[in-house]
Amino acid sequence: MSYHVGQPIRIAARDHEGHHRTPAYLKGKTGRIERVHFSFTNPETRAYGEDGLPEQQLYLVSIPQRELWATYPGSASDRLYADVFEHWLQPE
Amino acid sequence: MSTHDHDHSHEPLTNGDEPAAAARVRALAELLVEKGTVEREDIRRRIDWLVSRSPADGARLVARAWIDDEFKQRLLADARAAALELGLEPGPSPVVVALENTESVHHMVVCTLCSCYPKALLGPPPDWYKSLPYRSRAVSDPRGVLREFGLALAEDVEVRVVDSTADVRYLIIPRRPAGTDALTEDDLAALVTRDSMIGVAEPLTQPKLPAQEPPG
Repeated sequence: MSYHVGQPIRIAARDHEGHHRTPAYLKGKTGRIERVHFSFTNPETRAYGEDGLPEQQLYLVSIPQRELWATYPGSASDRLYADVFEHWLQPE
Repeated sequence: MSTHDHDHSHEPLTNGDEPAAAARVRALAELLVEKGTVEREDIRRRIDWLVSRSPADGARLVARAWIDDEFKQRLLADARAAALELGLEPGPSPVVVALENTESVHHMVVCTLCSCYPKALLGPPPDWYKSLPYRSRAVSDPRGVLREFGLALAEDVEVRVVDSTADVRYLIIPRRPAGTDALTEDDLAALVTRDSMIGVAEPLTQPKLPAQEPPG
């Protein structure tokens, strides 16, 4: 499954034992694709001395701050941007 | 500190005043060298490279983008290629992305998972960038953090916090200060501070005065 710019997504809420690059505060949150980056080796296996293959597609996603924090003190248009690998995304 | 209920004594963890983190790094480096994972010279080369980098390179990119709109478009499209175009070393990070601050959008960069940073173009990250308070508060109260850096943004400016969670490194192109039309590219580059390229400050509005000796 690949995603396109503007597409609504959800970041997977699953737990993961060991090194991974999906911050806990983003898990389960909904947002949209902002950029389609490149493919990179998978840090979840590369961290343990493996080759990280197959490469995983990386996306820049954005999430409204008020989706992340119920008491967010800033403006409603403020957003959080983060890079998330494809296997952590779900269509929304 | 955990309590011990066994009866042996521990060797001191540090040499005199050496911080515990430094002792841990030194022990790790010695172990990696001993196991043949890295060579001591590799570590030295890497450190020499890191401390040889400075925000002056990033500032050159920004200053050129301010005076040359076509260059700015190339920088926004592929910052690594734009750095190479100016003869700068973009570093080992495979992808560097430049994001532009405007009247209506303000970007700031953080790495909540560790301390990812475009070191090749900005030099070593400042200590506060690696601190837990910055890393946690930048994502949950960015406007409050920016106020502490002296930057109060209007409500109608959209704040975009960029958490560099993976392989991409982010560099902010701050807004060009008003009243700088007459400045040369070099003078403009002198206005572009490290913090303005992290997105926690505006650029200077006039060149820094040379450091002066204290009176007396």
